[in-house]
Amino acid sequence: MTMFEAILLTVATAATPLLIAALGELVVERSGVLNLGVEGMMVMGAVTGFAVAQYTGSAWLGMFAAILAGAAFSLLFGFLTLTLITNQVATGLALTLLGLGASAMIGESFVGLPGVRMDSLYIQGLTDIPYVGKVLFGQDPIFYISILLTIGVAWFLFRTRAGLTLRAVGDNHTSAHALGVPVVRIRYLAVIFGGACAGLAGAQLSLVYVPQWVENMTSGRGWIALALVVFASWRPWRILAGAYLFGAVTIGQLHAQALGIGVPSQFMSSLPYLATIIVLVLISRNKRLTLMNTPTSLGKPFVPDR
Amino acid sequence: MMRIEIVKRPQHSALFSALSPFIALFLTLIAGAILFSILGKNPISALYSYFVEPLTEVWSIHELLVKAAPLILIAVGLSVCFLSNNWNIGAEGQFIAGGIAGSILPVVFPDFQGWYVLPIMLLLGMAGGMAYATIPAFLKVRFNTNEILTSLMLVYVAQLFLDWLVRGPWRNPQGYNFPETVQFSDSAILPAIWPDSGRAHWGFALAIIAAVVVWFMLSRTLNGFEIKVLGRSSRAGRFAGFSAGRLTFFAFLVSGALAGLAGIAEVSGAVGQLRTSISPGYGFTAIIVAFLGRLNPLGIIAAGLVLALSYLGGEAAQISLGISEKSARIFQGIILFFVLASDSLIYYRIRIVSRLSDTALKGA
Amino acid sequence: MTGTITKDGSEIPLLEAEKLTKIFGTLKACDGIDLKIGTGEIHALLGENGAGKSTLVKMLFGALQPTSGDIAWKGERFTVTSPAMGRSLGIGMVFQHFSLFDALTAAENIALSLDEKSPLDTIATRAREIGQTYGLPVDPDALVGDLSVGERQRIEIIRCLLQNPDLIILDEPTSVLTPQEADLLFVTLERLRSEGKSILYISHRLEEVRRLCDRATVLRHGKVVGQCDPRTQTAASLARMMVGNDIHVIERLPAEWTDRIPLVEVNGLSQRPRGPFSVALHDISLSINGGEILGIAGVAGNGQGELFEAISGEVLQERPHVVRIRGTDAGRIGISARRRLGAAFVPEERLGHGAVPDMSLTNNLLLSRHSTDRKMFLTGGVLKLVSESSLASAAKRIVTQMDVRKSAENPDASALSGGNLQKFLIGRELDRNPSVIVVNQPTWGVDAGAAAHIRQALVDLARSGSAVIVISQDLDELFEISDRIAAMVHGRLSESVPIEAMTMERVGLMMGGADATAGAA
Repeated sequence: MTMFEAILLTVATAATPLLIAALGELVVERSGVLNLGVEGMMVMGAVTGFAVAQYTGSAWLGMFAAILAGAAFSLLFGFLTLTLITNQVATGLALTLLGLGASAMIGESFVGLPGVRMDSLYIQGLTDIPYVGKVLFGQDPIFYISILLTIGVAWFLFRTRAGLTLRAVGDNHTSAHALGVPVVRIRYLAVIFGGACAGLAGAQLSLVYVPQWVENMTSGRGWIALALVVFASWRPWRILAGAYLFGAVTIGQLHAQALGIGVPSQFMSSLPYLATIIVLVLISRNKRLTLMNTPTSLGKPFVPDR
Repeated sequence: MMRIEIVKRPQHSALFSALSPFIALFLTLIAGAILFSILGKNPISALYSYFVEPLTEVWSIHELLVKAAPLILIAVGLSVCFLSNNWNIGAEGQFIAGGIAGSILPVVFPDFQGWYVLPIMLLLGMAGGMAYATIPAFLKVRFNTNEILTSLMLVYVAQLFLDWLVRGPWRNPQGYNFPETVQFSDSAILPAIWPDSGRAHWGFALAIIAAVVVWFMLSRTLNGFEIKVLGRSSRAGRFAGFSAGRLTFFAFLVSGALAGLAGIAEVSGAVGQLRTSISPGYGFTAIIVAFLGRLNPLGIIAAGLVLALSYLGGEAAQISLGISEKSARIFQGIILFFVLASDSLIYYRIRIVSRLSDTALKGA
Repeated sequence: MTGTITKDGSEIPLLEAEKLTKIFGTLKACDGIDLKIGTGEIHALLGENGAGKSTLVKMLFGALQPTSGDIAWKGERFTVTSPAMGRSLGIGMVFQHFSLFDALTAAENIALSLDEKSPLDTIATRAREIGQTYGLPVDPDALVGDLSVGERQRIEIIRCLLQNPDLIILDEPTSVLTPQEADLLFVTLERLRSEGKSILYISHRLEEVRRLCDRATVLRHGKVVGQCDPRTQTAASLARMMVGNDIHVIERLPAEWTDRIPLVEVNGLSQRPRGPFSVALHDISLSINGGEILGIAGVAGNGQGELFEAISGEVLQERPHVVRIRGTDAGRIGISARRRLGAAFVPEERLGHGAVPDMSLTNNLLLSRHSTDRKMFLTGGVLKLVSESSLASAAKRIVTQMDVRKSAENPDASALSGGNLQKFLIGRELDRNPSVIVVNQPTWGVDAGAAAHIRQALVDLARSGSAVIVISQDLDELFEISDRIAAMVHGRLSESVPIEAMTMERVGLMMGGADATAGAA
């Protein structure tokens, strides 16, 4: 395996959780809901995935449990914001705080345990192809899921009737309601999908990226995923590009730390966060363009008249 | 089949504005009881040791005030932000920035001593928090950048910077390589209010003063009116001649200053030196305090005491019941959920409708 | 397509509603309404704002569920549980505040309301065809947010026609059209009638109802108060039925031009669009003296809101002399400073622009008066303490002056009806005796009694020497109160024409942008 291949693989591993979580949030925001609880759902997914994999010995079961956990956790957010019409920003924060707290307690007994790692793909012949084999045919299953998910979300949003309806709900929920579109039901489904994706992203962290449980192991990735959605101006393929860009920054700073270039490691570690800020500034500088791309009813409360 | 129907009230309910925090606390206690039962504990005795026991001893009430001080200080500042629709969720970072800036004097110039050291430290702490809060405010006003994400990213940066400081340049040379700065000299320590009975320091008094001043500003002055108008409708605020940009700076500066003050008060009053971690998440828990206090600084004083109690209760429960002290964070998260849910009673009528009979049962 | 006639022919109405009632909380929006619509007729539904027209129609269409009562469609009883069901029965709806999606294309918008799942290309082709047949040209690929109000209405109508409905409900369709565009719409509607389709036509414009409709049902306070053949009625008799008594006629003395000092001048105002779907302004100039009312006509979305914000100072200009108020260059100063020069402003949007919905009336009074009436409402020097007592007495004065009806001592703005809130907001400014007032859509969504009150108050203010600018889509209103009328189209303002020289047709041409030579005055 060449150095280049190795770097590409680690970049993909670092990018995948961001990609999956951001794709989920993209669908949620396209339906007009702002769920700031990605970090919380992700960390719940991570701890659940780890725990179930521990008890069953199966990383796959862990992954499915993580998806369910993320989805179930998002329902809490959905019930408050969609049924009780609470403030979406505050409720999302609440979800993150609860997720971080609950996962810390659930995971307390797992700290320091070796985890179950999800096996990477191996196809005789194909995986051994020099240069591209490992990258194309030798990665972990969640990587392939993330790519399929990108294609799927792009296809769903822009090529299907259901996707059109979802975008319509995000653009103008009053009009959608007047046409008889079940606004609240669609938003519930979107929120659950977002939760499932965040859960899966969390599972990737605790089953693939660093197969163990560490408190707060998402360390801001849920927030970076939120930033990615803005960065990508709510478009799936740009999320893919953004996630790999961030993956590259993360891996780049790790390599730089390893090489010992004389910059304190803490400064290098803060690079992904600073990069997020810089990217956000660059992308939101043009207010008119941002407004144009933002789903118009994003974050606005919807009370159906009956 | 049951279904929940929400109807907007034409007039917001004054009754539920007053009741909602109590409903939330009541629901949290019920949820807590259920949680303890699931963990196999007697819910009544568990709740007792969580929420009553810490109040039965004097030293422990001191601890309550020690923990409430930063929560109240930060939450009071956040109330100005949240009321004006500025989502500063980076108070934790501003807290750290204040702790660092305020510690410059005792760490870098330990020989500099006198009565004036403490006031300078507090001012520097406020300045540090303010300066750090200016970043998201500036980016929001100038570049229209989402302040939620930038203020939060800056928390991680501040934590890493603090980590670097106390492991690197500011590490105590005689500290056996522990990641800590020197112990502050006596003139750099925020003194205890009643040193005979416990360690509650003057930070709590500062918190009460801040709460009263901000309460007065919010409820009686044009400035407070401006904050509330712009928070509810930026367009109506513009029509009134108020500047959203100016107010964004104001809100971030106030909350940054108070978070910074909380930071240096904690470092100087409760810890006595800088360490890699100086906060058990006060900046985030203060968000919950702000909402539980319904963004009213006087309510925030009470809410700060409640949340401080949850920290102590967590420690007590770990000792007497063997439940992880991390359970406190679950409680804190649950409180916020119930607060938000109860708050919707203020603006909406909630009815539970049975689909079969379609007769409406009028709920709360 | 005349397939709606059953064996029994005219015996069975296409749609019959019996004792329809809808209660919201304590409000009876519709109270035992009976309505019969025959095949191939244009049936007018008349009533003031708040009479229950929209609620009734939403129940017929399935967007709202009646509290009690029955709906029969072609003789059979139905419970219309959703708009989709309404559509499948053959009821199509063109909304007043369009139910379109700005960020989607015309074809996507149309696709959303079709229950069958055709590919977008097919839908686009069919939309073009229908558009050609009925004289409703559209570009299916255009982003709806970029289209004019008239074009949006066409999309709504095409969307409705594509479902091949037997009954088409149109809610105030001409309120967004120029008179000429309205004429074209009538041709389309008459053609649909000749094809055997029925139309339920909601309007408060009596002349067009008399001209177009075969029958009329009149609502007042949620009840049917009369049914008639509008062609045999006069506009005045229809109005009496709607309002329940005679409408107050505005008393308007001729303007006396004693001092001819311009109080507001706009000189070459140009401005780029500020938001995604906002309108650019091009070289707008106007001048208005004390004592007169300048009416600005125009179809919604032609830059009226942008012009309002430029004059009010919510949006500043680059050069100071672009806006002059009472002889002072005001282009660079904010709204508070312009108010201190004696100007007052009432925006179109009441909740969320002119008032904060969940704030009390006294707080909303302070909203626009804190700077001009500092001495009255603020005490404590630099602390600027809010004086609740003086706010309360001022609010009381306004409430009495403008006859504002409210249910509590100091309710939230959102708890007032549209008309009462508007009276309060206008009264809030008149209470200062401003020498300039700019009002955008003064009586939009306001009942006739309140509208008359507001118009009279504006006329009286002008006659006492102030300059009044009224931006309105309601041409009848402008003809009733203006001394001069100009029109806005595509962000440009025409020259103004004295009311004596103005006709409906001419203002229609100006609103359509065709009357470039109208500028005689």
